[in-house]
Amino acid sequence: MANTEPAIAAENLVKVYKAGMAVDGISFSLPQGSITALLGGNGAGKTTTIAMIMGLVMPTSGRIAVLGADMARDRHRVLHRMNFESPYVDMPMRLTVRQNLKVFGLLYGVPDLSGRMRELAEQLDLVDLLDRPTGKLSAGQKTRVSLAKSLLNRPEVLLLDEPTASLDPDTADWVRGHLETYRKQRGATVLLASHNMMEVERLCERVIMMKRGVIVDDDNPERLLARYGRETLEDVFLDIARGRREASDMREAAQ
Amino acid sequence: MSPDVSPPIAFSPQRIAAMVLRYWYLLRSSWPRLLELIYWPAVQMLMWGFLQLYVDQNASFFAKAGGTFIGAVLLWDILFRGQLGFSISFLEEMWARNMGNLMMSPLRPGEFVAALMIMSLVRLAIGMVPVTVLAMIFFGFNLYGLGFALVAFFANLILTSWAVGILVSGIVLRNGMGAESMAWTIMFLLLPLTCVYYPVSILPDWLQVLAWALPPTYVFEGMRALLIEQVFRSDLMLAALGLNAIYMAAATGAFLKLLESARRQGSLLQAGE
Repeated sequence: MANTEPAIAAENLVKVYKAGMAVDGISFSLPQGSITALLGGNGAGKTTTIAMIMGLVMPTSGRIAVLGADMARDRHRVLHRMNFESPYVDMPMRLTVRQNLKVFGLLYGVPDLSGRMRELAEQLDLVDLLDRPTGKLSAGQKTRVSLAKSLLNRPEVLLLDEPTASLDPDTADWVRGHLETYRKQRGATVLLASHNMMEVERLCERVIMMKRGVIVDDDNPERLLARYGRETLEDVFLDIARGRREASDMREAAQ
Repeated sequence: MSPDVSPPIAFSPQRIAAMVLRYWYLLRSSWPRLLELIYWPAVQMLMWGFLQLYVDQNASFFAKAGGTFIGAVLLWDILFRGQLGFSISFLEEMWARNMGNLMMSPLRPGEFVAALMIMSLVRLAIGMVPVTVLAMIFFGFNLYGLGFALVAFFANLILTSWAVGILVSGIVLRNGMGAESMAWTIMFLLLPLTCVYYPVSILPDWLQVLAWALPPTYVFEGMRALLIEQVFRSDLMLAALGLNAIYMAAATGAFLKLLESARRQGSLLQAGE
């Protein structure tokens, strides 16, 4: 019998910081094996949402579950089945790439760690970088190392925060290809936060748009383009960010 | 789809080993880090050692109490460097902005703390063993000659240093790097209160009550009893152990509460100033 439990399920998720409301009662459910983009401008609540999915931030109210585990209370049950990559979270700079991968591999309990490191080093073109200090790598090389770390445990749920930021177009394209292959082969669920709309169009089968802490739209890219009468997701993003959709809705309502 | 990794266990020696390995890689990659471990204890021991020599030659009481200053400085360093070793390993994660990666990994708070404890012992050994050898060479003071008493002194001092280290780490997790200076300074509050270089009876009565609430006070009193009166005071060591159990439990509870508070406030995301 197929497992129908969602990989990620958010129910009325609210997060209030002292500075104000960051996430305001959002709900969504991601089926296992799906790839979804979480989009929104600065301050939309994406980072807080992802942090709550990882259990780094506790919701003020509502519930977030990953692979059936309540992330506010029971996250250690599933953390070894997830992973995360962001160019904005550093890895220890003084450690070599090999040392970093070994430490994280042990933390995640990766079986045949040497073999897995070798495999990833070949796939992500890191073989020549393994014995170099991580801090001495270029931004693009660091992103590849960070990606290798995020794939070490062959995660069932992979959270990506702008995975191709600071990569040249060729490498970025190659990374996207690798992520697509990984997801298909592993059947992994991927949630991707990105400002690169071309990337989202290419990779994602569903787009969740956030603005000021709420979900303002949630659909597949084709239907979003049709609904907003646009040719690219970037234009849809701009419509939402600048409130054109609301203005257009109001005009339609008035007529 | 089944997970391709080991199932989670509540307390994993492998994850503790991973963290110890991470700090060991860091330590051996930087000779200034290694040198710093030995430098200050050596300077302090030499200064107090020569002061003791001078006092010994000019006061009959201190001539009988040979080694109390050097003994005190070495035991104080166990307390101070033990906490510093714990806290610096923790701060390395904050400086490296690696806390997010660790907190998202299967590493549990208890395993993290256990790794920090092991690293405090490793750093202490690197710093203190050469210094105790120097004390033998320069002043003929053999710390290891204290025998079982040294084990009791060490155990009590290291437990206090860990309790303070755990509490400071929780405060830094909750409040960010603005609280970093606590890691460097908090132990100096104990220097006058725990009567490292003088007996508790020197303090005013009201302050003696506070001093006896601190486990290291019992250790330093015990050391003086051993070196001056050649008596091992097991009653003092047991009292210190009892207090340490209370402080360790309180510090662990506070750390878990502060970690939970950090998750509520979102401070694990920032991990900066």
